[in-house]
Amino acid sequence: MSTIPRSVPPAPAVGGALLAGGPQRPYRPAPRRDSVSSWRWRHRAAYGACWAAGLSLCLIAVAILGYMAVEGVQYLSLEMLVTRPEPSLDQAQTGGILDPILGTLILTVMAILIATPLGAVAAIWIVEYGRPRWLARTIESGIEVVAGTPDIVLAIFGLAIFQLPLFAPLSFTADGGGVFGRSFFAASAMLSLIAIPMVFSATREGLLQVPAHVREASWALGKTRICTIRSVLLPVVRRHIATGSTLGMGRIVGDTAIVVVLLGGSLQITPVGDVPVLDVLKGSGSTLTTYVYNASPAGEGNAPQKAYAAAFVLLVLVLLLNAVATSIGKRSSPLEAHS
Amino acid sequence: MFRRLREPWTDRQAAWRLGAVSCLVLLVILLMVVFVAVKAWPTLSNNGGVGWLGPGEDVDKQMSAMLTTSRHPDSSVYHLDAWPLVYGTILTTIVAVGFGLVFSVLAAIFIVEFAPEWLRRLVVPAVRLLAAIPSVVYGLVGILVLVPFVNEHLISAERRKEVEYVVQLTGTGVLVACLVLTVMVTPIMIAIVVDALRSIPTAWTEGATALGANRWEAMWTVSVRAARPAIVAAAVLAGARAVGEAVMISMVSGSRGFSPNLMDGLTYLFEPFRTVAASMIEQVDGLNAPAISSSVYAMALLLLFSSLVLSIGGYVAKLPMRRQGMRV
Repeated sequence: MSTIPRSVPPAPAVGGALLAGGPQRPYRPAPRRDSVSSWRWRHRAAYGACWAAGLSLCLIAVAILGYMAVEGVQYLSLEMLVTRPEPSLDQAQTGGILDPILGTLILTVMAILIATPLGAVAAIWIVEYGRPRWLARTIESGIEVVAGTPDIVLAIFGLAIFQLPLFAPLSFTADGGGVFGRSFFAASAMLSLIAIPMVFSATREGLLQVPAHVREASWALGKTRICTIRSVLLPVVRRHIATGSTLGMGRIVGDTAIVVVLLGGSLQITPVGDVPVLDVLKGSGSTLTTYVYNASPAGEGNAPQKAYAAAFVLLVLVLLLNAVATSIGKRSSPLEAHS
Repeated sequence: MFRRLREPWTDRQAAWRLGAVSCLVLLVILLMVVFVAVKAWPTLSNNGGVGWLGPGEDVDKQMSAMLTTSRHPDSSVYHLDAWPLVYGTILTTIVAVGFGLVFSVLAAIFIVEFAPEWLRRLVVPAVRLLAAIPSVVYGLVGILVLVPFVNEHLISAERRKEVEYVVQLTGTGVLVACLVLTVMVTPIMIAIVVDALRSIPTAWTEGATALGANRWEAMWTVSVRAARPAIVAAAVLAGARAVGEAVMISMVSGSRGFSPNLMDGLTYLFEPFRTVAASMIEQVDGLNAPAISSSVYAMALLLLFSSLVLSIGGYVAKLPMRRQGMRV
């Protein structure tokens, strides 16, 4: 009956263990008494190429990070963080990035609140119940399909959905009855789709790591499956869920296409209606990514200094989220602590 | 109803409820295909299915003509020759994945085998960093650093003059787009290849070492060879990412529906182009025009279809390794 010890559990749906921030097997130590100087020159060239590839990776990363840091710190000021942006052709008049920051925060929180339960529930169902098998397999590959779908396609699809009259209460409705379809609701719903696969695969990883005897002990005490999940498995996989959703938040914060299409493209947060909180969520706005996109020479604003500053804030946010995910992943699990 | 949910669930109820939530994913995919296909229908039917993918008139002129039409345009407005966009997508994807593949296999070998421990602790975070940087930041670096550099130092005045009646060379174009895209897709490939190389049983490489192979030979002839399916899968999945990249390409590609011509020699590298995904994001403001909207949904259908094919391709490519009990 137990579905746990399967032949080969599949790898994470998104990226590899390297990017997922999970614990890694120790690397194999290099064998002794094999010195490069005794190799044939072709092998030495290949060895050199490997070193070059590895070092240039570091160089590119450091170059991008360093450049963004220098430019960002140069143009960023405290005042910029707390003033609202203004549309203007003159770069000095364009104001700050308060609204984009708020927009990013609102969207990230909303999207992750949708994505975390859905991704975790899907993973729990597939690992712990997973009957009928064909359905579980289909859902697993379905999540992989969602993970592989370009974000611009998700965005366009979201627009088609939220322009339906059914979802009119979630966005601005024009006088003629045409539904605008662009709002914080719409954008966060679609953004959650790019986080679900990450939460899902992290949770599934965690559940597959729990040895079968832990579950069997719980069942032997007369607990039902769902009770085992609640009181035994959830505490163990909590940190996996946290890792997954933190990585997902990193993706959400960095996503541009969905926000460009589904958040209405207004620079300031523009509430719609008059209900206190709902009006903001129904309205349009901007995030750091769309701000950078519009302020770059490719967009309408053409304020490169503001773009650098906003991109720096964005980069710091994304890297912070990834660092948090890595540090959660490194923490030892409660199971290891007791055994 | 809520009181029933709060009572302790029996297993049967729990399986049913959690399963129902999980099925939402399938519902989303189903809706996605149906909605995008329905919205794309006018373009598909007026162009005879896939006719709009072919070459023909200037695609930029066609799109801007679509913008100015009434709410119920006649069928001739839907005519679209999107070949330059498709060509741009294929070009960037193949170049980025091709260069990225060589680079990422070497880098993966370095991470798994050759890097000293202290350097590995730098390289792995560097890969994670490159994977985490949002595409808009890549685009910004591309357009504010690489494009001016190419414009000032690599494009000579004669070259600019040679093609000035066809395209303006401004530094945005094939070279910068391919370069940045390569950097963007490499981390994904490295992650997959590293996972595969590390899942190779140690006994295999130890066997090679016992037979007198040095570390490179053991790596290249045993590990990399055994990991070939994963390398193919990495290329395919990175291709899926490259095909769908909209924001960065729209920033650094020069955004013209132009097919760079290989006959132009080196000028090819500097000619502007645009991909399918970038066209979609740039037409966002025109979505109220029915013909534009239908064309954009047709492009979405194309991307959806190709990413689906690539996902399945990646899965199939990894099957041989999975069959041997390796976890990739």
